[in-house]
Amino acid sequence: MGDPDLLFKALADGSRRKLLDVLYANDGQTLGELCEHLDMTRQAVTQHLGALETAQLVVIQWRGREKLHFLNPVPLQEIYERWIAKFEQPRLKALAQLRRKLEGPRS
Amino acid sequence: MTPKPRSTFVYVSYIRTTPEKLWQALTTPAFMKQYWFGMDFECDWKPGSPWRMLFEDGRVADDGVILESDPPRRLVIRWRNRWKPEMSAEGDSLCTFEISTEGPSTRLSITHSIDVPDSQLINGVSGGWPRIISNLKSLLETGEVVMKEKVAPKA
Repeated sequence: MGDPDLLFKALADGSRRKLLDVLYANDGQTLGELCEHLDMTRQAVTQHLGALETAQLVVIQWRGREKLHFLNPVPLQEIYERWIAKFEQPRLKALAQLRRKLEGPRS
Repeated sequence: MTPKPRSTFVYVSYIRTTPEKLWQALTTPAFMKQYWFGMDFECDWKPGSPWRMLFEDGRVADDGVILESDPPRRLVIRWRNRWKPEMSAEGDSLCTFEISTEGPSTRLSITHSIDVPDSQLINGVSGGWPRIISNLKSLLETGEVVMKEKVAPKA
């Protein structure tokens, strides 16, 4: 995992989460395109993108002279495995067993 | 906003390993099987060669051709789905693996794109790549995968 502190810090801000949502809906946008969707100054968007890049949640690709921003979900997967899956698995297994019991053998 | 003419996803991970070991991990079928949830690969990874990914029962899942192979830095492959008609119909996608050294880590970047707006193939693989990369990273760094079982794909 990258630095988890940087990652959680990057996620601990509504504007940055909104930026991730905007990229999720339409990946690979320029700064200008991103600004159209957000009620923030260009400077603020640039700063938030910087924090997301540091946390590896956003990666840059150049296409000609265009600087495109892409959502990188890999660190989120790592959070999921480290902080969610581990705690959820026994309960999910119990639920799956219960369901099999109630539904009977699948055809 | 108008839909983009192509669909692209980019994944980046920093892995504590060397570019050479990472390249081996990306091109050695027996090793790939461990982090690819049991899928089998057939390829010699030379430019122009075909590659195939097979389910454990032998059905072809995806296949394509190696376009560029520059160990241990860059691998570009053509990629086509062969098991879901709606994805197969979209034709060839392009998958680029780039490896670079950044400080103590090795940076792996995987770019997967296709000249189809709102591609179902790209949407489909976008759910799989993060788990595969995460498994690969864990396997290289700790010798174990984090997720052994494949999460059932959506019907």
